[in-house]
Amino acid sequence: MSTTLFLILCLNGLQYGMLLFLIAAGLTLVFGVMGFINLAHGVQYMVGAYLAFAYVQLTGSFMLAVILSLVTALILGLLLEYFIFRHLYNRDHLDQVLATFGIIIFLNELAKVIFGPATLSIAPPEFLSGSIQLTETLRYPIYRFVTIIAGLVVALGLYLTISFTRIGMLIRAGATSAEMVSALGVNIQRLFMIVFGVGAMLAGFAGVIAAPIFAIEPGMGDNILIVAFVVIITGGIGSIGGAFFAALLVGLIDTLGRSLATEILSTIFNPSFANQIGPALASMLIYILMAAILVFRPKGLLPAKGVS
Amino acid sequence: MDRSLVTAAVLFGLLLAMPFLLPLIGSAYLSGLIIKAMLLAIAAISLDLLIGHGGMISLGHAAFVGVGAYATAIALENGVDDIFLLLLITLAVTGLTALVSGGLALRTSGLYFLMITLAFGQMIYFTLTSLAAYGGDDGLTLWSLATVFGSNVLQSGNGLYYLVLGTLFATWWGVYRISRSRFGRVLRAARDNPERAEVMGYPVVRFRLIAYLIAAMIAGVSGLLLVQHAEFVSPALATWQRSGDLIVVIVLGGLATRNGAILGAFFIVIVEEVLGSFIHEWRLIYGPLLVLMVLFAKGGISHLLTPKGAKGYAS
Repeated sequence: MSTTLFLILCLNGLQYGMLLFLIAAGLTLVFGVMGFINLAHGVQYMVGAYLAFAYVQLTGSFMLAVILSLVTALILGLLLEYFIFRHLYNRDHLDQVLATFGIIIFLNELAKVIFGPATLSIAPPEFLSGSIQLTETLRYPIYRFVTIIAGLVVALGLYLTISFTRIGMLIRAGATSAEMVSALGVNIQRLFMIVFGVGAMLAGFAGVIAAPIFAIEPGMGDNILIVAFVVIITGGIGSIGGAFFAALLVGLIDTLGRSLATEILSTIFNPSFANQIGPALASMLIYILMAAILVFRPKGLLPAKGVS
Repeated sequence: MDRSLVTAAVLFGLLLAMPFLLPLIGSAYLSGLIIKAMLLAIAAISLDLLIGHGGMISLGHAAFVGVGAYATAIALENGVDDIFLLLLITLAVTGLTALVSGGLALRTSGLYFLMITLAFGQMIYFTLTSLAAYGGDDGLTLWSLATVFGSNVLQSGNGLYYLVLGTLFATWWGVYRISRSRFGRVLRAARDNPERAEVMGYPVVRFRLIAYLIAAMIAGVSGLLLVQHAEFVSPALATWQRSGDLIVVIVLGGLATRNGAILGAFFIVIVEEVLGSFIHEWRLIYGPLLVLMVLFAKGGISHLLTPKGAKGYAS
């Protein structure tokens, strides 16, 4: 194992972690503030990726596609909130699961009908397509760097908004007691709508920036949704800071594990045995992490204050 | 007399007579469909014990179907083909898996529980896909199936049909008995008010864990039968979408009702077939249908079959 490879893996892990954070942030906010379980959050990530693909085809410009995708993802999120989710906040969790499950089925199939079942891809924009020399032997694609930075910027923006603005204060208060906030004369319905819209937009944004890196395909949001759940359980539900650190941790562990598990195991066991259980163990690592957190810190790494 | 019992009698009577009726219609395809619905119903009944009676919304139940199916398939591959031995292995493996995952997941409740079962289910799914020796992603076709006392009567035709029907009946009856017992009452008490049940001296978590184990083992048995029917296993059995389908089945049928899971299972299989025969993209209709059902119609099919005001034994 060379240091160069290790560094690249770490950067990939960071980048995957940032993607996870963008998805988990919206999920954990919606969850913390409204107590709403939105399984369709993953599908909004998929929608973001497909929107990026469609707009790149349409306009030919990646940056234009990013902006248009974000606006469309926001509008879609608000429409879903207005027509469906709004009516489910006070229902039991089973109803929320079923309705959002129905949305997943519909949107996955719709993507298949419109764009076909095959995987699609788009090229990163021209000015971000090169790679930069980090050390003498290490080159890393600029685009992946930019996604890491984009994730950091969003994280900082969310942190500042939630800690220092009026709307952030309302979100924190809403997470503790939505009823109380409503009784104090705040339009809680509108607050929910804003939180939901922003969450949908963040998931869409994650899909957009993932589009040049991963394959765009129907159902691409389903698996990453579950990893996002692992992230918010690990980080503590409703906690943006927790989601951030947990996302990085999960991203790093998953990426490093997949590349290194077999190698590490083969230093202890014989190679054929290591080859057999290495991949299995690697895919289990993040869930083992989650289980360990549950045992030792049931509220997560950085639990949100006041959320019971 | 209880109307749900009449419904059940008609249902099982029809299923019992089906192998004699089907040759008259002349459709082997239909019997495959009925077996599929019965297998779905077995897993759904077990999930209803968890969700309907226990209030534990698990989104990873299909993983136990997968674990059961793989335990059976791997044992078969290694030369074990006695059905009783296979049953024992399946029960042991699914039970053990459930003991570990349930023990951890039940440290929490509500939405946490939902997400954790989802995560563990996904973990099991990925573990199954990484079993390279047993087909990995592609799954495994089985060349030998379970035998009973060395005979292969249970491998196809009426033998297999009645094996599945018998298991369905046993599951239906068994879970009903459990739900009517003191154990079932405590489970529902803990569903409606866990603190009160705890204060009354019932160890809520232990009751829930036992229900979780029972449900997982029944799901495992449905996995065993699935292998016997399909002669094939693949990790796709354990995806969380399958778990979602199971929830759809029991909610459509009516939670914690006597026949809900069976009615729901047949309803879903029929809807899939009918919609699927009209258009290939039937999910475009099915998805919004689910949303509309949640928004506007509650209570499930079995409530349509019971007169208004007469409640099931849910409450």
